[in-house]
Amino acid sequence: MTSIQLQNVSVEFPIYNSPSRSLKNRVLSVATGGKIERKSDRLVVVSGLRDVTLTIREGERIGLVGHNGSGKTTLLRVLSGIYIPTHGEVSIEGHCISLINISLGIDPDATGYENIRLRGVMMGMSPREIAEKMDEIAAFSGLGDFLDVPFRTYSSGMQLRLAFATSTAVRPEILIMDEWLSTGDEEFKGRANQRMAELVDATKILVLASHSRQLLAANCNRVIWLEYGRIKMDGAPDEVLSAYFGC
Amino acid sequence: MHHSVGSSGMRKTGARVALADMVESLRSIRVALVFGWQDVAQRYRRSRIGAFWLTLNTAIFIAAIGLIFGTLFRAPAGEFLLYLGVSIIVWNFLSTTIAEGCTTFIASEGIILQVRMPLFIHIIRTLWRNVIILGHNIVIFPVVLFLVGDFLDWKALLAVPGLLLLILNLAWLTLVCALICTRFRDMTQVFTNFLQVMFYLTPVMWMTRTLPERVPSLVYEVNPFYHLLQLVRMPLLGEYPDGISWIVALGVAVVGWTWAIIFFGKYRWRVAYWL
Repeated sequence: MTSIQLQNVSVEFPIYNSPSRSLKNRVLSVATGGKIERKSDRLVVVSGLRDVTLTIREGERIGLVGHNGSGKTTLLRVLSGIYIPTHGEVSIEGHCISLINISLGIDPDATGYENIRLRGVMMGMSPREIAEKMDEIAAFSGLGDFLDVPFRTYSSGMQLRLAFATSTAVRPEILIMDEWLSTGDEEFKGRANQRMAELVDATKILVLASHSRQLLAANCNRVIWLEYGRIKMDGAPDEVLSAYFGC
Repeated sequence: MHHSVGSSGMRKTGARVALADMVESLRSIRVALVFGWQDVAQRYRRSRIGAFWLTLNTAIFIAAIGLIFGTLFRAPAGEFLLYLGVSIIVWNFLSTTIAEGCTTFIASEGIILQVRMPLFIHIIRTLWRNVIILGHNIVIFPVVLFLVGDFLDWKALLAVPGLLLLILNLAWLTLVCALICTRFRDMTQVFTNFLQVMFYLTPVMWMTRTLPERVPSLVYEVNPFYHLLQLVRMPLLGEYPDGISWIVALGVAVVGWTWAIIFFGKYRWRVAYWL
């Protein structure tokens, strides 16, 4: 059973101002008496998340809203298991993929085909899986013979197409996204949206952070509003969205 | 790599966390191998001889030093050149791996903050990349062997377990250096300087028997790098490494790994915050 549970989760970031970040300075400050150094050596801690308790069950499509710095990215990273919280418990059941930077793993000097492989490996696909999906990805990207030439020769739109086509070929149980993936010209955009819909349909849990009301209303069945690292509101999309967007 | 399945009640610290990370890394070792290979392949993209540039640099260095020091130490030219060639190749492998190890997590920041992956994968990637480059540099050896007019005998095979033991030690060293340097960024400079000093302190360019008599042999015998180097170097020069070198290398591996696992277990969860 796919699920995510957070129990009283807090995330605190230590801010190492340069004096405390370097061991050399720490040693030097001892050698020089260290009064002035010590004053700035205080460890500053910034709270990313504060006491968040949350259960996400199979079938839920979570939308995440909040102003910049409200903890959305931090929460996404906790949900994908990248940040282990400073306090509290996390339990993630299910194979999780986060599509945040869809170009991660791509080597500009490698060809399109090689990059499909590299991107696939980065997302944890097996060689067999990649081989099976290769033709489909190549066809979807619509890049044809360009797939045999180095990635860096592509226009930025073509580069995004390849990254998008490969990244959306995965079928994880938990899908985590920071903003919706949409790219390309009008023709491609239509196909891309359909492909995104297929991907979302195939996943058991979706967590999507976005600033677009329309997008969240269309794709989510539960919306969480974060403010100052806490959950301010958690409920049905229309309810939370109208409170957040203020109408 | 179907990781992160069933991680309920995730533990944060402890040796078990470290071991679980390593087991998971080995299970998805393909990621490390593909990207380590990719690192080397990148050097070939727009250059015909690619990573062999490094080999060429090494070869020129060996030739120059061989000429200068061979004259200076009045060592028999052929014998010294062979000794120097093997020493430099192995030492370069050792020191580059540790130096790159320091920046392993920092260099993989993009991946670590976006994809949940065991962290030891990045260490394996660094090791593998350097093993491939060692594979390039090792071609210098038969060339020197030919120039000197020497031959290999069966003892050379002992270099294989020696190399494995060296890599085993480099793995824990790299892991520990990566953790320390991610937290304290300027430690990378400290380690680089340390390696530079060790290069002169370890019998790499000089032979133990050219040491003046008033200098005690302890200066190199207490140096674990010397023993690690000996294990690969001696077989290739047609001699058996001393028993003590095997013992030291094994001992350092056991102690080092134990420490590294405890250390890694304690700080693994902090790495993402340090980036």
